Amino acid sequence: MTEPILSARRLNKSFGPVHVLHDVDFDVYPGEVTALVGDNGAGKSTLVKCFAGINSIDSGEITYEGKAVTLHDPRDATALGIEFVYQDLALADNLDITQNMFLGREITSGRSSFLSDGEMERQARDTLTSLSVRTVSSVRQLVANLSGGQRQTVAIAKAVLFNSKVVFLDEPTAALGVAQTRQVLDLVRRLADQGHGVVLISHNMNDVMEVADRIVALYLGRVAAEVMKADTNTTQVVELITAGRSGGIGLAAATADETM
Amino acid sequence: MSDQTPETGVSTETATTHERAGAFSLDVEERSISDAFNGWIGKLRTGDPGALPSVLGLIILAIIFSQVSSRFLTRYNIGNIPAQGAYIAIIGLGLVFVLLLGEIDLSAGTAGGASAAIAALAVFSGNLHGRTGLPGFLYWCLVIGLLIGIAMAVWLKAYSAAVVIAIGWILVVTNLTQHLFLALVAAVCIGSAIGVLNGYLVAKVGIPSFVVTLALFLAWQGVTQFVLSGQPINTSNYSLWYNLAYGNLSVFWSWVFTIVVVGGYIAYTILVSLNAKRRDLARDSMSLVLLRGGVLALVGIVLTVLATQNRGVIASAPRRGIPTPAVIAIVLMILCTIALSKTTWGRHLYATGGNAEAARRAGIDVVHIKVTAFVLCSAFGAMGGVMLAASQSSASLDLGAGNVLLFSVAAAVIGGTSLFGGRGKPRDAIIGALVIAIIPNGLGLRPSINPQWQSVITGVVLLLAAAVDAVSRRRAARS
Repeated sequence: MTEPILSARRLNKSFGPVHVLHDVDFDVYPGEVTALVGDNGAGKSTLVKCFAGINSIDSGEITYEGKAVTLHDPRDATALGIEFVYQDLALADNLDITQNMFLGREITSGRSSFLSDGEMERQARDTLTSLSVRTVSSVRQLVANLSGGQRQTVAIAKAVLFNSKVVFLDEPTAALGVAQTRQVLDLVRRLADQGHGVVLISHNMNDVMEVADRIVALYLGRVAAEVMKADTNTTQVVELITAGRSGGIGLAAATADETM
Repeated sequence: MSDQTPETGVSTETATTHERAGAFSLDVEERSISDAFNGWIGKLRTGDPGALPSVLGLIILAIIFSQVSSRFLTRYNIGNIPAQGAYIAIIGLGLVFVLLLGEIDLSAGTAGGASAAIAALAVFSGNLHGRTGLPGFLYWCLVIGLLIGIAMAVWLKAYSAAVVIAIGWILVVTNLTQHLFLALVAAVCIGSAIGVLNGYLVAKVGIPSFVVTLALFLAWQGVTQFVLSGQPINTSNYSLWYNLAYGNLSVFWSWVFTIVVVGGYIAYTILVSLNAKRRDLARDSMSLVLLRGGVLALVGIVLTVLATQNRGVIASAPRRGIPTPAVIAIVLMILCTIALSKTTWGRHLYATGGNAEAARRAGIDVVHIKVTAFVLCSAFGAMGGVMLAASQSSASLDLGAGNVLLFSVAAAVIGGTSLFGGRGKPRDAIIGALVIAIIPNGLGLRPSINPQWQSVITGVVLLLAAAVDAVSRRRAARS
């Protein structure tokens, strides 16, 4: 089995008296979609923010490609090759697709600060092509004129533009219609097929069961179970989310009750 | 819908070639003249009218005023407009930077007035620190204020602003400001220091820009009166200062200017098109490039021919050549356009104005962008103050106060710059300033029309411009 590219061991995090994460173990494997599921308040966002360098961790260890790393700043994560696509898409409406994809990392001609728009356009087009995005007619389109699915596509393409190895997607299909959800899920699958480690945070069981390879259920700040999709079904995952246990797997009854 | 998506079974190579042909079809094509025209119509339809409303407004006003007075369309009268409107255009150019961020700078006019007043006093008295110079405490305020400005600019990582302010400080303490040109440079440097203060209060302390600059709008008016000690200074005695508004390029230099501007534009666009063709990128076809260049060249040549003919009304004092204020405004507009559309700084400014959170997450230093925008705005305000003093031949006690700033904001908005940020271009300020400037000019030609109409008409024009913006925004949201 391949080694995880990004993993956390015995992660603990408290906000004041509230113990949000209890000894959380979490692994992201290259070429796989890992779904992170859990009810509201289970600690999904807190965990993601620990990887993003927005939250500091109280104890535990994060390793990236086998080496222990400390993430203090969002830029630390970006520098390692970990990208985040948040629910409220961080796109500027008044700029076009290329400009958004290269925002903050523009290519300039030589050492000057003059932009090389042509080179950026070419790379944006190549990236979208490599993701088999067919819904965009021009990379010069303003983002304001794009549909929700196209915007999500641009946000994801932006995350993989710079050879990132791990991509976190927070509710990428939340506000999308059926057809657009389809496009985005295809895109998520392709990211993994290209060898990225993809983390999909979602409430939508259909999405999870469709694209995920591995499902990690959080229950009140603990990892209830990590299961392969092939070995599970929706009912079991829902039970893990809502009760922390399902049949033989999940938290021991005592632990599950204690954390209530 | 899902069955329309290709299955992953399709080999990537065939998929790639297929996508290239289909998906980005618009990106590899050459844009012909008709494509460009259709694209432009499409933009109008989807609510991005660009410069069209302001240019139409300009033409309509010109037609109306040519009926009001036969003198309106004479070369003499048209030649006066740059002197009457340059200060609005220049302050407006500075405001574009701040408006693009969705902020406002109400103090640019009076800050510019105070800066220009200091320059006027420095030249008039011969020594800012002397007996006829600044009141003692004000001199030390200026010297220390500039030092603080340098320190704050360094702290806010606006290093270029720090250098500019440092130059101003050196000019002030060494009393090089007794020379007119250096005094005017110092005025711009002082303006930059004021901009650092604005930027700090808005971006770092977090006071709304409207309040910060409203407060300083009031404060700088008082400072101007302190500086001048109740005594306006005549600026028309200084030929350099007078010529900023009323000078003309010689016929030879007029042609040099036109050829450099038009030729530079044509050469640049041809180069871009060829470069893109070489790399197989979307580009404008050569015929489109040449058509655009040709139209610009035609306009430039016609205007230059008209400008280089004698338009003086007194036979003994021929007046010909492109007016200096027009040259200054055009050069500044070109520099602003390059800075905004061709540099990373400009790209980051648009991004910050469009979605500050997105910009922050993309690693852009939003505070730095805001501070530099305010610095530029106040520096342009100082240039505008200098031009205003030239235009009214005096550093008056109310220099830059009153309607000056409001006219400049109006110019930018009439030209098409959005007050909500993220949308606008430097050329907007120039076109808008022309609209604002021809209203008093046209009405002034017929003394029987009460001057009260001037404010009413300006107000109506501004309201129309804002309405066009709002309607097009609604259409854009619907489409």
